[in-house]
Amino acid sequence: MQNALLDLSAHTVHLAGETDFASWRDAARRLALGGVRPEEVAWVVSGDGSPHPSPSSSGLSRGSIHAERLAAVANSRDKPEDDGRNAGPQLTVPREFVKRAEIVVCHNDPERFALLYRMLWRMRAEPALLKIASDPDVRRFEALEKAVGRDIHKMRAFVRFRKIGDGDDERYVAWFEPEHFIVERNAPFFVRRFTGMRWSILTPHLCAHWDTADLTFTPGADKRDAPAEDAAEELWQTYYQNIFNPARLKTKAMQKEMPKKYWRNLPEAPLIPRLVAGADAAAREMIEKMPTAPAPHHAKVQAKHWPTPREPAPSDDGAGARSIAELRKAAESCRRCPLWRDATQTVFGEGPEDATVVFVGEQPGDQEDLAGKPFVGPAGKVFDAVLDEAGVDRRKTYVTNAVKHFKFEPRGKRRIHSKPNAGEIQACRWWLDKELALTKPSLVVALGATAAQSLLGKAVPITKMRGQMIEREDGLRIFLTIHPSFILRIREAADKEAERERFLQDMLAVKKLMAT
Amino acid sequence: MALLNTREKLAILSDAAKYDASCASSGAEKRDSRKTGGIGSTEGMGICHSYAPDGRCISLLKILLTNFCIYDCSYCINRSSSNVRRARFTVDEVVKLTVAFYKRNYIEGLFLSSGVIRSPDETMAELVEVARRLREQENFGGYIHLKTIPECSQDLLDAAGRYADRLSINVELPTDEGVKKLAPEKRPETIRLSMAALRSKIEEKSEPTLRTKRRQRFATGGQSTQMIVGADATPDAGILQTSARLYGSYRLRRVYYSAFSPIPDASSSLPLKKPPLMREHRLYQADWLMRFYGFAQDEILDGRPDGMLDLEIDPKLAWALRHRAIFPVDVNRADRETLLRVPGLGAKVVARILETRWHRRLRLEDIGRLCHSLAKVRPFITAEGWSPGGLTDQPALREKIVSSCEQLSLF
Repeated sequence: MQNALLDLSAHTVHLAGETDFASWRDAARRLALGGVRPEEVAWVVSGDGSPHPSPSSSGLSRGSIHAERLAAVANSRDKPEDDGRNAGPQLTVPREFVKRAEIVVCHNDPERFALLYRMLWRMRAEPALLKIASDPDVRRFEALEKAVGRDIHKMRAFVRFRKIGDGDDERYVAWFEPEHFIVERNAPFFVRRFTGMRWSILTPHLCAHWDTADLTFTPGADKRDAPAEDAAEELWQTYYQNIFNPARLKTKAMQKEMPKKYWRNLPEAPLIPRLVAGADAAAREMIEKMPTAPAPHHAKVQAKHWPTPREPAPSDDGAGARSIAELRKAAESCRRCPLWRDATQTVFGEGPEDATVVFVGEQPGDQEDLAGKPFVGPAGKVFDAVLDEAGVDRRKTYVTNAVKHFKFEPRGKRRIHSKPNAGEIQACRWWLDKELALTKPSLVVALGATAAQSLLGKAVPITKMRGQMIEREDGLRIFLTIHPSFILRIREAADKEAERERFLQDMLAVKKLMAT
Repeated sequence: MALLNTREKLAILSDAAKYDASCASSGAEKRDSRKTGGIGSTEGMGICHSYAPDGRCISLLKILLTNFCIYDCSYCINRSSSNVRRARFTVDEVVKLTVAFYKRNYIEGLFLSSGVIRSPDETMAELVEVARRLREQENFGGYIHLKTIPECSQDLLDAAGRYADRLSINVELPTDEGVKKLAPEKRPETIRLSMAALRSKIEEKSEPTLRTKRRQRFATGGQSTQMIVGADATPDAGILQTSARLYGSYRLRRVYYSAFSPIPDASSSLPLKKPPLMREHRLYQADWLMRFYGFAQDEILDGRPDGMLDLEIDPKLAWALRHRAIFPVDVNRADRETLLRVPGLGAKVVARILETRWHRRLRLEDIGRLCHSLAKVRPFITAEGWSPGGLTDQPALREKIVSSCEQLSLF
C-alpha cells in the first residue's frame, strides 16, 4: 500500500510521436486490462516528435511501454493480442470514443494522453460516460476535440498556395502554422480537393507533399523554404478590398472567425488596418454624396428597352372576353380577393371550349400552384384514374376550380391547404360564371362542398346529397359528388377503397348524364 | 472608354457584387477530384476562406459578369441611371480568375451574377457558358452559384442547373408593391413563376431516373433568394410573412436579408443612412426560430402591434417575456419542443440536455456548462435544486436580463 502511494507514476509510456494514436491505444488497452490506475501512468512523447510515426506501425516496437512494467502487466493476461478481440478478458469501449479520441490526440495539450486514459478507465464502470455532457472530463474531451476540429477547419480555410514554375514544372507551395498536430490528419482533404495539382504544405512540425499520385510527409520546415510571392496575390487583394462594404464595419466579427494569429500568412491581411481606418470616411462619403443626374446612357437604354411607359395596365376584368384563352389572360392579374398575394399564379380552367361537361373542384393545391394547371397533383391523379375507369372521354371535359388561387398556411417547408371562405368563393365566382357562359356545358359536376357552394350560391351537405343532380334556376344541371382529395385523406385501406368505388359509381352516373 | 485590364475590371465588378449577402457554399452534393484528376471538391460544409472587415465571410469569388444593366432599380448601384464606372468581363477572364483563385485556396468556388444586357436570355447564356467551361474544360469540381435571370428561357435554366450547385433568384423586396415602386421594370409575378419552375425541376431531378436509376445533377444545393431590408416601409412582420411563404412555396434553402446599404450615387428615393444592421440580425434570428425552433411566423411577433422585432433583445427572449405563463420549464422533464422555447437554449444545447438527462438529473450548473450564459436561461427553467421562484414573473425581468447580457454590446 505504502509503495503504491509513493510510486504514483509506476508506468511510463513512451509514444513515438505527437500523434501516435496506435501506440497509445495499444498501451492503454493493456494498462486498463492490467488494472493500472490512471494516476499511476505517465505518458511521454519521445524525441522531438518528428519524423512522425507511420500510422500502420503500433505497439511496443515503436511506441514502447516501459518494458519491465508492461511485461508484468501483460503476463497476468493472455499474450499481447492483435486488436483485443482474441484476448481473454476484453475491454470494450464505444467505437465513437475511439474515433473521437483519434481527433483529441492531435491536440497540443501534453495532458491529452492522460485524459484519454482516464476516460477509458472510467468507461469500464460508466459505459455511457460520453453522453454525460456535463461531466468535467467529457467537457475537457469535447473542448480538445473542438479545438482540433477548428484548427483543421481553419487550415482548410487559410492555407494559401503560391505558384512556382510553369507548364510541367508547375507546383503550388504553402507555408502554414497550425496550432495543433493536424497536418497528417488534414492532408487527405487537400488531396481530394487538389488532385490534379502538385502541391506541398510546409509547416514547422511536418510537411505534406502531393505529386498527383502519392501523398508523402517530410519533417518540419522553415518559412523561408516556401516561395515569397505570387503574382496572383495582387488580384486577390484587389478582390478583398472591393468586396468589403465600409458601411458595415464589424471588425470583432471578422476577428472572431479570422483571429490575428493567422494573419501573418494571409496575403490579404496587410490590407486590413488601412481598410478599417478608412471605413468610416468611406461610408460617410457614400451617404453624403448627393444623388447625381442620371448617367448619360440612361435615356437611351430606357427608350430602347422600355419604350412604353410602364404604368399599371388597366386591370382587365374579363367582361369582354370572347374565348377561354382571353378569359384566362384576364384572370392572370386578378385582384378580386387577396389570395393572389401568397400564391404563385392564377390556375385557370383547362379543356376544350365546347366541352359537354365541366368539372369544378375546390381550389388549386401545392402542385397545381407551381404548374399553373388544375388537377395535376395527387388528387388530380386519383381523378384521372377514376375518370378513365369510368370511360369518360377527357377530350369532352373542361376542368376548373371554384377558387383559382391556392390558399394555404406555410408550415416550414410545406404549405398546408386552407379552405377558401365564402367571400373568396364569391369573388372568384365571377370567373366560374364566365367559364360556364363560354363553354355552355350540358352538365356541371361539383366536386366537393366548395364547388357546390359556388355553383348553387349556398352551402349544401355534400356527403348526404352526393350522387344527386340538381337543376339550377337557369336550367343548368349540377351533379353533386365529393372531391377526390377526400379519398386520399381516408387512412383505413378498406374504407378508402369503398370510397373510391362510390366515386367511380358517381362518375359512371356522370357518363350516363353526359349522353342525355 | 479606355480598355480596362483584368485587375481594373475585377475592382469594378466585385465592388458591384458586394451588396449581395449570400456567400454560402454549403449543402451541395459531396464530390471531389480524385476520380476526375481535376481540381475542386465540395464536402457538405462550406469553408470561409477569409473575412472582410465588415465581418462577412469570403467563401466564393462573388462578381458580376458585367455591371451594365438595362434595369433601373433604385436601390441598386448598377441601375441604368447610375454614374458608376462600368466594366464587362469576358467568359474567358472569369474562368481563368476562378481557377487561379481556387488553385491558391483563396475560394470555394464562384458566385456569378450579372447586370442584364441586351436581353435576359443573352445574359443568362453567358453565365451558363462560364459554368459550362469551368466544369467541362477546366475539370472544375468547386462550388458554383449562378444568379438566375427570372425572364430567361427554360432551356437555359435547365443548363444552369446542370452545371451549378445552387441557383438563386432575388425577390428584391418583401412586397410586390415595393418591387413595382423601386424596381419598376421587374415583374414579381415572373420571379415567382421562375422560383416555382426551379422547385419543380429540383424535385423532379432529385428522383432517380427510371432507366439509369441514377439521379441527374440539378442544383443540388437548392435555391435561395435575397430581400433588401429597410429600403421600403415593410415592417418585420411583413418580411417574415414573405419569408415563411417563400420557404413553404419554393422550398428555399435560405432567405437572405440584406440591410439596405447606402450606395455611392444613390437614388434620391431611398433612405440615405447607415444600414440597419441590428434589424438585419434580428430578422436572421427570427428566421432561425421559424426554421429550427418550431415557431410559426405569426407567433414571433404576436403582441407587437407595430409588427417590428425588438432591437434590444433577441426575438425568442422577447417572446418568452410575453408568454411567461408557460415558464418555468423543467429541464429534466420538458419535451424538446418546449425546451426549444427557452431563451438562451439553442438547438444543440437542447439535444445535449435530452441526451444527458437519460443518465443523470440536471442541476442548474450542468445547464450552465452546456450553454453560453445562464443569465437568459435561469428565470425560465427549473432544474434539480433550482427554482426561479418569483423571478419568472418579476416585472423588471427584462431590464435585469438586458443588463447582465454583455453580448448585446457586441453590435
